[in-house]
Amino acid sequence: MILVFMEVREGKIKKSSFEVLSEGWRRANELGTEVNAVLAGGNVEGLASSTFQYGASRAYVLEHNLLSKYSSSGFAQALFSLVQEIQPGIILLSATAMGKDLAPRLAAKLGVSMASDCTRTEVHDGTFSVVRPIFAGKALATFTFQSSPQIATLRPNVFPLNEPIEKQGEVIRKEVILTEEQIRARVEEILKEEGAELDVTEAEIVVSGGRGMKSPENFGLLKELTSIIPHSAIGASRAAVDSGWIDHQHQVGQTGKTVSPNVYMAFGISGAIQHMAGMASSKYIVAVNKDPEAPIFKVCDFGIVGDLFQVIPSLKEELKIFQRD
Amino acid sequence: MNIFVFVKRVPDTESKIRIAPDGKKIIEEDLNFVLSPFDEYAVEEALQLRATHEGKVTVFSVGTEESLTILKKCLAMGANEAVLLKDDAIETYDGLRTAKIITQALKEKFSDYDLLLFGKQSVGADNAQVPSMVAELLGLPQVNVVTKLEINGANGVAHREIEGALEKASFSLPAVISAQKGLNEPRYETLKGIMMAKRKEIPAVTVQDLGLGEEDLSLNLILMKIESPPPRKAGTIVEGEASETTKKLVNFLREEAKVI
Ligand SMILES: Cc1cc2nc3c(=O)[nH]c(=O)nc-3n(C[C@H](O)[C@H](O)[C@H](O)COP(=O)(O)OP(=O)(O)OC[C@H]3O[C@@H](n4cnc5c(N)ncnc54)[C@H](O)[C@@H]3O)c2cc1C
Ligand SMILES: Nc1ncnc2c1ncn2[C@@H]1O[C@H](COP(=O)(O)O)[C@@H](O)[C@H]1O
Repeated sequence: MILVFMEVREGKIKKSSFEVLSEGWRRANELGTEVNAVLAGGNVEGLASSTFQYGASRAYVLEHNLLSKYSSSGFAQALFSLVQEIQPGIILLSATAMGKDLAPRLAAKLGVSMASDCTRTEVHDGTFSVVRPIFAGKALATFTFQSSPQIATLRPNVFPLNEPIEKQGEVIRKEVILTEEQIRARVEEILKEEGAELDVTEAEIVVSGGRGMKSPENFGLLKELTSIIPHSAIGASRAAVDSGWIDHQHQVGQTGKTVSPNVYMAFGISGAIQHMAGMASSKYIVAVNKDPEAPIFKVCDFGIVGDLFQVIPSLKEELKIFQRD
Repeated sequence: MNIFVFVKRVPDTESKIRIAPDGKKIIEEDLNFVLSPFDEYAVEEALQLRATHEGKVTVFSVGTEESLTILKKCLAMGANEAVLLKDDAIETYDGLRTAKIITQALKEKFSDYDLLLFGKQSVGADNAQVPSMVAELLGLPQVNVVTKLEINGANGVAHREIEGALEKASFSLPAVISAQKGLNEPRYETLKGIMMAKRKEIPAVTVQDLGLGEEDLSLNLILMKIESPPPRKAGTIVEGEASETTKKLVNFLREEAKVI
């Protein structure tokens, strides 16, 4: 059995968890087994049945007031008990902030190794394997697992969502035994900027600015673009972040975030190896740069050689015309 | 306060990665190895905490004798002591193996700590596993991907980066913290530091000294092959009046990428 952890934030299951569930369903079919979902939190039962249409046969619900806020130790303990009982062969999570934090803690509790941030899973002759980028995507490594359960986190935005299917499933509540002392680091509050936008890792379109943007004010131009492009977010090169033009939360690259949106748009970014490391798994790359020799033009799907200060206003107009029609 | 920092030797981020003909490892000749960038933030944080809380900073690295250079760098930055946890295995990409060695060393030989600092992820393996695994194996609180850390007596508060927000978490010591960019600005080594580091003895503890045998360190994660990623094809490049080039771009976004 494949067990998929469904991440709940702000009362909703994350899209990337459905991506993992979709992948789990595909592999479960190849392995001749079933895929099941698990939800943990303070009040998550109402969300459980939405997993059936992505292939889950069962949705396990782990509810406890000590799980109403995420903690690695609390969630790992609750999942550990379930895993001991139902013995899945494979456990998959999304490689989000939560998944990256939880999976290794759970793996260590179970005494098994795991594979992080995978971009492909495969089944050959009944054996499950995963492919993951190493050296920031400069190489791809394939792994199999010696131990059981086999645990992997999957990179968000990489695995396609299945078309929802008509499927009946079973919601199974499991008792969770947890004490206050088992919550080792407690989340006191979540600090969110007023009017915070979508995170770069979750956006379908990332609009990124580099040193070519020249000033913090000019990032306002990118903001104007994201305000008219749905599901978009602002990214940045390290040069822009280190110049203090934008917060490092937006940095894409080896020491920033890894993103794989549908479209990555780079304005005034040269395409240094450390920057590419963070965006090379994007489906389409668009570059705007006034230097025709900029390395980014070697990897982009669509490039404009030109001055971004002329391109952005014009692009805005074109998008508006398009949206009006 | 007794602070331990865990650091790894990795190829610098500029490196071109070449794969050995057997497809099982990378070619290490010609690579320039450095202290993993996120570990620099961890070392810097330890030095800053020592400045306000007093105490001692000890750095550890699991690896071959070649890791002595990064331990020297940490000493030159200002760490008090360094220890090599000597392990001659080549890169396994198996976080649990490293976590077991670190845990065993802490249990058997170095049990006197208040805070364990890590980088959020090692460059190369890109696992982001070892800190959480060590925390679990030692039964300690953990806060990963930390951009702000405050210690008050036996307690701490840390800001942890999540999607589009920060989690403010509280914990008691001893604890595991992994550092993210934004936590601080790592200092450079001073000339005086470099001279002192040269003279400093770095003891080595082998995995055998720690009583770890083959079966303890056997791999669960089996590396089948390493390949180069498929090259990206160069696409359409246009030049000219912005009004024309952006029309083409919008057309590309609509017809090919199908995002608008
Ligand atoms: C350990 C380490 C980690 C790193 N991690 C990262 C990371 O995570 N992310 C990252 O991005 N970098 C990272 N870097 C830095 C990286 O090496 C580059 O320095 C950085 O990516 C350059 O940013 P940039 O492309 O914005 O600036 P530049 O390389 O200076 O490029 C600016 C580009 O803008 C173009 N331009 C200027 N004006 C205009 C205009 N008016 N219109 C159009 N184009 C214009 C120029 O032609 C040029 O190509 C790291 C470096 C190290 C050593
Ligand atoms: N060989 C090692 N020796 C010491 N610390 C390590 C080693 N490998 C990983 N770490 C620590 O664990 C962090 C996360 O590494 P990883 O889980 O490999 O991404 C690193 O930033 C280091 O702080």
